[in-house]
Amino acid sequence: MMLSPEDLTAIGLSLKVALTATALALPFGFAVAWLIVFKPMKGKVLLEVLINLPLTLPPVVIGYFLLLLLGKNGWLGKLLTASGIEIIFTWKAAVIASAVVGFPLLVRSIRLGMESIDQQLIEASRSLGASWFDSLVTIVLPLSLRGIMAGSSLMFARSLGEFGATIIVAGNIPGITQTIPLAIYDYASSPSSSTMALSLCIVSVVISVTVLFLHEILARQLDRSSGL
Amino acid sequence: MKLHIEVQKKMGDFSLQVNTDISGERVGIFGQSGSGKSTLVHLVSGMLQPDSGEIFLDGDCLFSSTEGINLSPEKRRIALVFQHAMLFPHLSVKSNLLYGYKRCSADNKRIRPEALIELLKLQPLLERRVQHLSGGEKQRVALGRAVLANPRLLLMDEPLAALDDALRFQIIPYLVSVGEEFRVPYLFISHSLTEMQLMTEKVLVVQKGRVEEETTPEQLARQRMAQSQNGYLNFLRLTDPLLQNGLFTYSWGHNTLFISDGTENSESLFELSSREIILFKKHPEAISARNLLNCTVTEMFNSDGRVGIVLSTQGKQLVAEIVRPAAEELNISTGSTLFAAIKASSFRRLG
Repeated sequence: MMLSPEDLTAIGLSLKVALTATALALPFGFAVAWLIVFKPMKGKVLLEVLINLPLTLPPVVIGYFLLLLLGKNGWLGKLLTASGIEIIFTWKAAVIASAVVGFPLLVRSIRLGMESIDQQLIEASRSLGASWFDSLVTIVLPLSLRGIMAGSSLMFARSLGEFGATIIVAGNIPGITQTIPLAIYDYASSPSSSTMALSLCIVSVVISVTVLFLHEILARQLDRSSGL
Repeated sequence: MKLHIEVQKKMGDFSLQVNTDISGERVGIFGQSGSGKSTLVHLVSGMLQPDSGEIFLDGDCLFSSTEGINLSPEKRRIALVFQHAMLFPHLSVKSNLLYGYKRCSADNKRIRPEALIELLKLQPLLERRVQHLSGGEKQRVALGRAVLANPRLLLMDEPLAALDDALRFQIIPYLVSVGEEFRVPYLFISHSLTEMQLMTEKVLVVQKGRVEEETTPEQLARQRMAQSQNGYLNFLRLTDPLLQNGLFTYSWGHNTLFISDGTENSESLFELSSREIILFKKHPEAISARNLLNCTVTEMFNSDGRVGIVLSTQGKQLVAEIVRPAAEELNISTGSTLFAAIKASSFRRLG
C-alpha cells in the first residue's frame, strides 16, 4: 500500500472535518429531536420535511445552495466577509457541507432513542421537583444516549464519504480542502494512479469498519451498564 | 389537606368539568376507566393545563386562569405514583429513591431517607439495579421515591392495578402505613371498590368528567351491594392463628372464627362476601357451617331490592345480604337477634 504525504494530509483532514461536523451538529441535532418528540407545536410536519430534505436532495444541489448562501454575495457570506471570516474554499466549508448533509441521519437516530422514553418517566421526574431542563439533563439525555451514539457514528461515517456538496463549497485543493473522497476522485481521473486510488479506498474501508465496530462495542457496553 | 378544584378542560370529544372542595388525609377518586380520573390527576399535578378555572392546595394557588397563574409541576410539590412503577432505568434503586429528596429544599426535608427505607423494608434492594426488582418491589421503591420528595400531596393513580391480587394486598399495608407514619395526605385514584374500602376515608365518585357524589367508602360499598358481583365485602384483619383439626382459628372480638384458608402468618386480611352469610331466627340444632355467631341487627339498608343487614356481634360488625322476601318472612328489624352461619371456606384470604 502506498500513501503519499498529500494522502496522509487528506486522511487527517477527512477525520478532522468529520469529527468537527459531528461535534458541531450534535447539540443542534439533540435540540431538534427533543422539539419534535416532546414539544407539541404547529408546523411540525414542515420542520420534519425541512430537516429530512438533505437526505433526498442530491448533495451537489445542497452544495450549490450553500455556495449561494455563503459565497461573497450570499446574504450570510456578506456578513461573514465583513467580520473577516472566510468560509468558502476552506476546510470550514467542508465541515458545513458535511454537517448539513449528515444532519438528518443524526436527528433520526436521536429521535428514535427519545421516542422510546416513556412520557411518564418525565412526568415522574417533574413531579419529584425537577425543572424541565433538569429533567432533560438527568432523564432524557441519559436515556437517549444510545440514539445519540448511533446518530453520531452514522453522521461521522457519512461525513467521511461526503463528496458532492464538499467539492462545490470547499473545492478540491490538495493540502487545504482535499479530503479522502476528493483525493480518490483526483487519482481516478488519471489512469497511472490507480494503485494510489486503491490505497485510499482501503484506508476508507478501514476507517468505516473501525467506526462501526467502535459503535457496536460502545452500544454493548452501554446496554450492559444500564442493564436494558 | 384542602384541595379546591374548579376547572374545565376539553379534550376532543371528552370534556371535564369539576367543581369541588376536597378535604381529608386519605381521599379516594373512584370511577371507571374513561371517567376522567387520570385527566384530573394531570390537571392537579400540572402536567396538563385546564382551559379555565382555578386549583388551590392548602390555600396556595396552583393554577388560576383569571390571575394568569400556572405553577410548573416541580413547584407544586405533588408527587405522583403511577400504575407502573416508572423507575428511572438508568439509575440504581438508591438514586431513584433520592431523586426527589435531593431536589427538595432544606426547609421541606421532613422525612428522612433512613426512616422510610426501614418502614418500606428497602434496605436489601438499595444497591440493586431497578431491572432486577420484582413488580411489587418496584412499586414499593416508586412509593418511597415519591414520599421522599417530601410532597404536600401524594397522587396515586391506580398504583395497584398492574399487580396481581397477592401482591396488591402485600402493598396496601405499606401505602397505608406510609401515609400514617409520615403524615402525607394522599389522593388515591382507582376503579376498585375494595381498594377504596381499604385505602380511603372519603370517596369522590367521578363519572363522565364530572364529580357525581362525595361519599364514604362504606356508603359506596353498601350502595353497590346488589349490583356488585360479590355483594358487599366485609374485610377482617385477624391475628394470631391457631391450627386445630386442620382448620385455623382466629379470635375476633369475643368470637372465635374457624377459617379453612388461614396461614401461620401472625396477621392476615380476609374478605367475606355478604352473600356467604346465612341468617337464622333461632339457633339451628345441627349445621355443617363451622361458624355460628349470635348477632344483633343494628341497621338495615336497601340496595336495589336487596336488604343489607348490619350485624353486631361481640363488638364487631358484619354486613349480610338477603332478598326482601326473606327479610319480611324472618320479620327482621333493627334490634332483632339472629344467628349468622358462615362456612369456614367462605373466608377468602387476601394477604
